[in-house]
Amino acid sequence: MPLEVNGKSYETDEEGYLANLNDWSPEVAEALAKADDAELTENHWEVINFLREYYEEYQIAPAVRVLTKAIGKKLGKDKGNSKYLYELFPYGPAKQACKYAGLPKPTGCV
Amino acid sequence: MADFETPEVREHIHIPKLQPGVMESSGPFIAKPDHQEPLGFPGELVDNWEQKAIDAMGEAVKKYRGLAVFMDSCVKCGACTDKCHYYLGSTDPKNMPVARQDLFRSVYRKYHTPAGKFLSKLGLEWLIGAKSMTKEVLDDWHNYYHQCSECRRCSVYCPYGIDTAEVTMAARDVMAQVGQGQKYSNEIIGKVYKIGNNLGLPEPALADTLEGLEEDIEDETGVKVELPLDRKGVDILLVTPSADFFAEPHVDGLMGYAKVFHEAGVTWTLSSKASEAANFGLFIGNYENMRKISLRIREAALELGVKRIVFGECGHAWRVAYSFLNTLAGPFDFLDQNYPIPQHICEFTHDLIQQDKLKFDPSENDWMTLTFHDSCNVARASRMGDEPGGQFRIPREIIKTVCNNYVDMAPETIGEGTYCCGGGGGLLTDDLMSVRVKGALPRMTALTNVVQDEGVTHMAAICAICKSQFTKVLPYYNLGMDMVVSVHQLVSNALILTGQETDEEDEEQTAEAATE
Repeated sequence: MPLEVNGKSYETDEEGYLANLNDWSPEVAEALAKADDAELTENHWEVINFLREYYEEYQIAPAVRVLTKAIGKKLGKDKGNSKYLYELFPYGPAKQACKYAGLPKPTGCV
Repeated sequence: MADFETPEVREHIHIPKLQPGVMESSGPFIAKPDHQEPLGFPGELVDNWEQKAIDAMGEAVKKYRGLAVFMDSCVKCGACTDKCHYYLGSTDPKNMPVARQDLFRSVYRKYHTPAGKFLSKLGLEWLIGAKSMTKEVLDDWHNYYHQCSECRRCSVYCPYGIDTAEVTMAARDVMAQVGQGQKYSNEIIGKVYKIGNNLGLPEPALADTLEGLEEDIEDETGVKVELPLDRKGVDILLVTPSADFFAEPHVDGLMGYAKVFHEAGVTWTLSSKASEAANFGLFIGNYENMRKISLRIREAALELGVKRIVFGECGHAWRVAYSFLNTLAGPFDFLDQNYPIPQHICEFTHDLIQQDKLKFDPSENDWMTLTFHDSCNVARASRMGDEPGGQFRIPREIIKTVCNNYVDMAPETIGEGTYCCGGGGGLLTDDLMSVRVKGALPRMTALTNVVQDEGVTHMAAICAICKSQFTKVLPYYNLGMDMVVSVHQLVSNALILTGQETDEEDEEQTAEAATE
């Protein structure tokens, strides 16, 4: 099912993840969230931006532990825990946040 | 997101009234050409697939003699019917193991038995329950053979020892060979070939993750414990599921293994080539892929020049390692023959405990009351130690050494009769969430009972799939997702490293500083 943003159409997979990483833009992220009835606040964006930076360096989304540690260092200890991340992304930070960040879904026994 | 109902947990595991067709669906996502071709399968459903499926089935019953026996020996006694967690949780009669097997058996009867061939000529094959290979049958296969986790619980109760998992594997292999594979498993196997592990975690990311874990252990204990990668000439190659590098509570278990190795004084390494213990070749029932994945471990062991191979907490990986590794990737004559080849991390830790080489403070785990979930592949397809039942005894003895509060779940739900977590055998994917939640019902029932009656707060497991599956499904049953822990996470909590700063010392130092 393609995603429509500002008159442009983007290819997605069966679960709504972007098929091509290069198609991502902040507007596309907003549209991906909207498709799940979610709204992106500044707190969500802090996580999404970190995910994209990490992906650029390592070609994979960070582990939850790496994510919580990095968020904790950057934004304070009250945000550096998985409870905070699950509040932001109830379907799981690894999967839901990756989706809005335009990254492929982590696969395997996770 | 959920468009299904979570089954009701009753006081006892209950045999439900049948609801035919309730789990009918299009099944899991079908593999795309990109997922099929690297595994040697055609990209999509081939022309004349019916005949090719019949031929592939014929090959399978010739090649796997067990499968031929399983096809011919079922007497429809019904002993297996109420033993499957997917039937108990879903109420669909096609999830009774005998009925699921019959989806394959009925086609086998028509094309590969003398009676079937003869009666087909007269148009009377229905007399023996034989069926043609049609699109309808293929759809049923794709759906229901992905509602079996290959856990083999039903086989324990079958008077003929028919192994349903083998039938599921054969059906999945036939489907993949005619171009209809399962996306989840096949995409993952492709990542193993391309990158080295199920996750697709490249070497630099793995190195960075391990460095971060070293920092965490040092911050917590004051002791520098290494998690080496690709270090040559060490004693032990640790092969562990890549989920151990990524997910919770898996990663806490990995830190536990590192601490145990450190305290044992052995040298060890992880490998970026063999950065995966899992072998989804088993799940899709394809020998060639299973072998290709296994060979990576052999190559890594040779390149690194290790003397021993130890496997981390992964259920089906241990089945492949314990039962098949030598024939798939052996001979391992270059390893030290004085140790088990391969060895399970629980055997390794248990040995050290027997020799009194590890120091524990089990009170570190006093805030929890533990129970243990026997993972299906460890329980029914492998062993630990050198006595029957070691795979049940050894993990429990480890837990009881490092924890003061331990309770078992109901006896018919553990040990050899353990219920699957509901996510094994290639089903741990979001597109099968209703199957996973429903299949977890018997385990959730047994767990709820010990939570209510015995005050159990946490359930330990030694399988990456079990840990991820429980994390996901526990909330559907009103239990906390953080209830599931790794066995070596418990070990890690209680292990006192040589030179470790303990809380008491910290307090003393603070007190001294205050008096000064």
